[in-house]
Amino acid sequence: MRLRNFWIGVLGIALAASLAACGGKKDDLDAPDAGGGAAGGGPKVDATTAGNIEGVVAFDGAAPKNEPIKMNADPVCVKANATPQMQETYEVADGKLGNVFVYVKDGLGNYSYDAPGPVTIDQQGCRYHPHVFGIRVGQELTIQNSDPTLHNIHALPKGNAEFNTGQPIQGMKTMHTFSAKEVMVPFKCDVHGWMNAFIGVLDHPYFAVTGADGKFSLKGLPPGTYTIEAWHEKAGTQTAQVTIGAKETKAANFTFKAPATATD
Amino acid sequence: MLHRFAKFVAGCTVLLVLAGSLVTSTDSGLSVPDWPTTYGWNMFTFPPSKWVGGIFYEHGHRLIASTVGFLTIVLAGWLWMSESRRWMKWLGVAALGAVIAQGVLGGLTVMFFLPAAISTAHAGLAEIFFCMTVAIALFTSPRWIDGYGGHDVVHRHDSGLRIIATTTTAIVYCQILVGATMRHTGAGLAIPDFPLMFGHLWPTHWDPKIAVHFAHRAGALLVAIAVLATAATVWRRTTLGEFRRPAALLIVLVIVQITLGAFTVLSRRDMWINSFHVVCGALVLTTSLVLTLRTWRAKFSTGPNRSVRLQADGTTA
Repeated sequence: MRLRNFWIGVLGIALAASLAACGGKKDDLDAPDAGGGAAGGGPKVDATTAGNIEGVVAFDGAAPKNEPIKMNADPVCVKANATPQMQETYEVADGKLGNVFVYVKDGLGNYSYDAPGPVTIDQQGCRYHPHVFGIRVGQELTIQNSDPTLHNIHALPKGNAEFNTGQPIQGMKTMHTFSAKEVMVPFKCDVHGWMNAFIGVLDHPYFAVTGADGKFSLKGLPPGTYTIEAWHEKAGTQTAQVTIGAKETKAANFTFKAPATATD
Repeated sequence: MLHRFAKFVAGCTVLLVLAGSLVTSTDSGLSVPDWPTTYGWNMFTFPPSKWVGGIFYEHGHRLIASTVGFLTIVLAGWLWMSESRRWMKWLGVAALGAVIAQGVLGGLTVMFFLPAAISTAHAGLAEIFFCMTVAIALFTSPRWIDGYGGHDVVHRHDSGLRIIATTTTAIVYCQILVGATMRHTGAGLAIPDFPLMFGHLWPTHWDPKIAVHFAHRAGALLVAIAVLATAATVWRRTTLGEFRRPAALLIVLVIVQITLGAFTVLSRRDMWINSFHVVCGALVLTTSLVLTLRTWRAKFSTGPNRSVRLQADGTTA
């Protein structure tokens, strides 16, 4: 009798433990914070005197080879990519470097700017699209899963709150906002270790990401002297001082080289 | 039967240690962002078709941990109901408490994004729990209950053997903690070459990660010396197999462990080499523990434990 009671007790505990791990399916929607609006509360930029800073980011020498990606860990990812996939670390074409985040690091006064709409990062083909982009403090980031497989979107900021959100369902969207400026916030998927992206969070709209032609343009800047920084995920950062007058367009060009030592 | 079940639980715990180490070695610790659910599913009904990428390791680890937890409930209950040795009943309860605490720590590592302190504590408690399961298996063995035929009485006053065995076990555990700290602070390749360090016998520069990594290499040397000293003491002082066998096994395991450690660095942390290095470390610890416990049994022994009678089903009365 004692032994029977023991086994009944064991089964009861096992059942309770299973129920304790219960969870229904739920959408993981974070309501966006109110934000994406003006920074600083100062005057708006006078469009009649605003100027631009434009330029090209070049790459000197032979670019290191991008690492090939093995997607065997998830058959859905293999199926979604008919051609071999490579990391996007060095996007070099005709001596021009893409995926460089260029922004105004210093020199802006206290201006307010129009509230921007949401920015989207999409998980498609088990890759992040885009790989590098910018967003404003308080601006809504829509994280979308377009793949018929699970992803987790894991942000590793230093100045903002870390988050890690599961997106098990195709079509799921999760919203997030950043509360502090930070260059750059890495994103990764812990399910698919090859997935990575970088987001620059700023409190103003003067940022751009170079395309395959290496070009960038920062439009609508008030006259003044600015520190412009160009950031690349492996090649590091470079800065340039640019002074623009009323309605002037000035150039700021950058040239990156491969880093001296291999980094992981 | 109880002894066999206890050995089974200890064996399952080895698999759990391997599964846990694979989670860290594959950087899959946050591939399941929620706990105790799995992407919103009950963890026991999460579809196998979705065990992809890092989820395979993290979710697999949670399932194995739950199984070991359930087995520990059974073991603790069995000990409570059948053991006449009061301390054994409470050891079973302690093991159950440890595995529950392990589960909570595991959940906290996920909820708080793998903070180094909690992750290291999770690793440290895993080793303690494994020691408990091995100790229970040892204490329920007929040979232990029989007092090794009364032979261990000979060594009752051999404090030297007890001290060196106990010290070695403590050193091994400290080395495991340093190793866990190294893993969970990303210092595993802080010194990227082996056996030299940045091409020299000593690091040419220092930072916290290099210091932790160096401490682990220095600790390995200390463990090797301690194990050799223990084995030498065993060989000098006794011919009994219950001491010589674990001492010999300890030497073999330490050689394997140092080799695995070297190849972990040289392979730039190959996930399997890295994970078996963790498992081998746990086996070094428990082998040293078995030897240590046997030396302590001699201190308190007056021959076979006559107050305990081994029954046909393996339980004691």
